Amino acid sequence: MSRTRLLALAGVLAAWAAVAYGNAALQLMNPVLLPTPGQVAAVLAETLRDGSLPRHVATSLGRVVVGFGIAAVAAVALGLLAAMCVPIRLLLEPVIEFVRPIPPLAFLPMFLVWFGLGEASKVAFIGYTTFFPMFVAIAAAVLRVDVALLRAAASLGASRLDLVRGVIVPAALPGIIVALRLGFALALFVIVGAEFMGADAGLGHLIMEGRTFFVPAQIVMGALVLGLLGSLVNALLLGIERRLFRWREAAAAS
Amino acid sequence: MTSMTIQVRALSRAFVADGRATPALLDIDLDVAEREFVCILGPSGCGKSTLLNLVAGFLRPSAGEILVNGRAVTGPGADRGVVFQEYVLFPWLTVAGNVAFGLRLSGVPADARRRTVARYLDLVGLTAHAAKYPVQLSGGMKQRVAIARALANNPAIILMDEPFGALDAQTREVLQDELGRIQRVEHKTVLFVTHSIREAVYLADRVVVMTSAPGRIKQIVTIKLPDVRDRFAAEFTHYESELTRLVKEEVAKVHE
Repeated sequence: MSRTRLLALAGVLAAWAAVAYGNAALQLMNPVLLPTPGQVAAVLAETLRDGSLPRHVATSLGRVVVGFGIAAVAAVALGLLAAMCVPIRLLLEPVIEFVRPIPPLAFLPMFLVWFGLGEASKVAFIGYTTFFPMFVAIAAAVLRVDVALLRAAASLGASRLDLVRGVIVPAALPGIIVALRLGFALALFVIVGAEFMGADAGLGHLIMEGRTFFVPAQIVMGALVLGLLGSLVNALLLGIERRLFRWREAAAAS
Repeated sequence: MTSMTIQVRALSRAFVADGRATPALLDIDLDVAEREFVCILGPSGCGKSTLLNLVAGFLRPSAGEILVNGRAVTGPGADRGVVFQEYVLFPWLTVAGNVAFGLRLSGVPADARRRTVARYLDLVGLTAHAAKYPVQLSGGMKQRVAIARALANNPAIILMDEPFGALDAQTREVLQDELGRIQRVEHKTVLFVTHSIREAVYLADRVVVMTSAPGRIKQIVTIKLPDVRDRFAAEFTHYESELTRLVKEEVAKVHE
């Protein structure tokens, strides 16, 4: 991490500490409502020691990975198909344009009704939420593939299957990877909402428990862990992206 | 007429714009013999690239037909290699990967593939750049890769659509020299679209001069010059001025 980034984060931490400890000393508002960095760290240490935090993280991540994974496979397959086959596109477009603006959380109770309180409802909800934006972005990436590339390949003897494998997929891959990265971030975003309602484990449940038992430090800790997870995953995916697409950076390196 | 590689018969092509069909090419008849280098020359918008795209199989004729070695063209194929003005290299493949693309598709074993790629990279002088990606190359180098990619696939016919049009004047002449040299080694049947009269006289066995839109064949000029040409020879200049006169008549029509 660069110096300025560290400095900025340290600044935020310092500001939080100043406000929280200042309030604790001056009693401007009930100190319980404004947890200090020390209290949050104590909850973090406590939940790490009794193993509950790792368990909640693993539960949430497991749901995210499975739900996102199913949606990703479907979005890639259907995105390619819709972009390459006009009748399928004409059929899917109006449906997706209608469903997409509905806030996914509006359907969350429906998923609980259909799939119960167990894992299935969370996984299905993550899949539902992440599918549409990924599908739309992937289809758009495939549609952006330069026709000239397809012509060049066809006059080198490429069959239709060769065109998909040898031109469309590699040419659209940068766009596909960006779609997957955004889909994963979105999955982390909405898993909390899903776990607020009827879950017995997961980071969302941990945060809700903080509310139920009135431990604001636990709420803040859960939120910070989610933020950390999100940036870790994003950094990981960006790293993979850079490795995969060295050809785009080659110019800068040479 | 078995030596006729490309036969264009009563070919017309129209494009529909705003619900009206506008003819781009009208009633083209043209025979190109095996190993012949034919330039299509004409003012911009005369449909010369459309003609090339029809022979490549990227477009379908509105009327008439195109035969390649006696068989009607129904789509693009490995028997007709294409070199585009904008290079159109596969950006995710290295120079060597681009040249090997067609060989991979036809299942040429890795050994033979490497030899062929090495041979054509050498022919276009890019051996030292085999591992680079297209973004790292200049325009002239990109077009050399595109030419090597088309040749490595060993098509009987090479179709070139203003291949040097996007290059600066110096690079352009260097690549014309190289293409002339390559042609003396490879002996392909070449259909070459250009709006440069000098380029046409320098490279072609015959120059097909097109009329302004809708494009028809105005005149075919046979260039009787030695294989290795001198751009400053009196004969060269003579052809240049003759073709200039023919093209100017068409450009003038557009402005009337």
